[in-house]
Amino acid sequence: MLVDNHLTRPNVSMLGTSAMLFEAPGDFSLANQRRIWTLARMVSAWPGVQEAAPCMTNLMLTFDTPPEEPERLEDALLAAWEAAEPDQTEGRVVDVPVIYGGEYGPDLLDLAAHAKLAPEEVVRLHTESRLIVFAIGSHPGNAYLGGLDPRIAMPRRKVPRLRLEAGSTSIGGLQAGLGGTPGPSGWNCIGRASIPVFDPQCYPPALLAPGDIVRFHAERVIL
Amino acid sequence: MIEILDTAPLSSVQDLGRAPYLRYGVSYSGVMDRLALRAGNAMLGNAEGLACIEIQAFPCRIRFRAARDFALTGADCAATLDGVPLPPWWAKPAREGAELTIGAPRRGSRAYLAVAGGIDVPSVLGSRSTQFRGSFGGHEGRWLKAGDVLPVGAAADAAVQAPGFGAEPPQTAFPADWAPPDLQPSTTAVRVLPAGEYGLFMEESQQRFWDTAWKITGQSNRAGFRLAGQPLEFAQRIEMRSHGIVPGVVQVPPSGEPIIQLSDAHTAGGYPKIGTVIEADLWRLAQAPLGSRLRFIPVTYRDALDALRQGDAWVAALRRLAEQYRSLCNSGRTP
Repeated sequence: MLVDNHLTRPNVSMLGTSAMLFEAPGDFSLANQRRIWTLARMVSAWPGVQEAAPCMTNLMLTFDTPPEEPERLEDALLAAWEAAEPDQTEGRVVDVPVIYGGEYGPDLLDLAAHAKLAPEEVVRLHTESRLIVFAIGSHPGNAYLGGLDPRIAMPRRKVPRLRLEAGSTSIGGLQAGLGGTPGPSGWNCIGRASIPVFDPQCYPPALLAPGDIVRFHAERVIL
Repeated sequence: MIEILDTAPLSSVQDLGRAPYLRYGVSYSGVMDRLALRAGNAMLGNAEGLACIEIQAFPCRIRFRAARDFALTGADCAATLDGVPLPPWWAKPAREGAELTIGAPRRGSRAYLAVAGGIDVPSVLGSRSTQFRGSFGGHEGRWLKAGDVLPVGAAADAAVQAPGFGAEPPQTAFPADWAPPDLQPSTTAVRVLPAGEYGLFMEESQQRFWDTAWKITGQSNRAGFRLAGQPLEFAQRIEMRSHGIVPGVVQVPPSGEPIIQLSDAHTAGGYPKIGTVIEADLWRLAQAPLGSRLRFIPVTYRDALDALRQGDAWVAALRRLAEQYRSLCNSGRTP
């Protein structure tokens, strides 16, 4: 049984002495995520903080200098969350052409079987989902997308695949993803984008930014 | 310039890592054993963050195309310079054309070759570390191979004189005196702080996490160590939302066998985290051979911070000593 980690209050935990993780309570929603972006902006300027990296309704702080008293930082973080209003920045609309199925999307048929839908229906629900970039993370340029139609949600694979190509469009739990670079992944891959998603010589190096709206187009569906 | 004469595709250019770009999905990369690089740079009078060659497979052979001071730290390897054996953790001048051979480790796993002035490949996103996932940084974004020629930066004035000098390796400077007395010699102990999902595991599995001598499987590399042992069991299984992770985080995928995230790990993940190997002990992981075993030892946050500071103080003391040594050499007196 799949249970989302619904928290009733914010959760703060340490990752050794290197980082602190803040997890927002409540739904996996855009409103919550917009508050995370605001929180990230607020705390990234705090002394001792190297970076505030937002992910899916959570925020990781890494340290230049680990806090002497993490409890105090935790209290400040909780207070900042209470004060954080949803970020109102308007994202760009980015059109992304995708080839679904076949070697481009090796898990399309498995996902269709799991969802008890035809593969074409999976593609339709994926391209019609209003997907918003919640965060960039995991590997270079990789976009975590919120707003997936829950009918095509599927748990991560028990054994990760050794390699998915750059541009892979995939589904992990209730999240959708667009991979920036090739490598191993535990997500279910249903297709591949035909445009580059990450370039280290550019700044910023990632095609997408939090808040952007992604529209996938089915360039081709291989069944 | 230095030239790679022979290496397996497991050597790479690394510095102390790339930050802060986690929010673009760009991992730290960087050396697995930060103490070894910091020590090598300290011995040579380099700035702390200059790049080195990390060597993970042996033998590795290198030629100095111009005379240059170097330091070899990390694993205790059977190394020779122009055929003359080199002690472990040693800094020495190499003549023009000198050939350095770094043989199999007698102890440890990864060797670090620092050179005066550092390996001067272009900096990409603020670092010279190789980012394998994105194929950038380091030397052409890839593992080194025979025939590669690497540029070397301008060196500080005070030079090392033959026969060079050594440093005390961290294995003896920082013995694991907090480990249980029955620890097998081939088992590496590392200190761990419990992480966010520790409480989601069965009590019996929590205890077994600490009691097991986990085997480092062959599917382990710079991205992470996959461990083998009796699988840990969840009291409650949840599908986590993806969140940031850092090197040292111990995740437990549904299979129940832990994976320790390391230098080339993803910047985010969704598997439950049972603990984090403390930053001060990541060098111990870096030097633990494949097939050997690991024990996790609980530690307090306070002790983890102290351990980190002891490492900093040790590097600073080594830097001071090395400076004194080099200036004595340059004043013409015998140190």
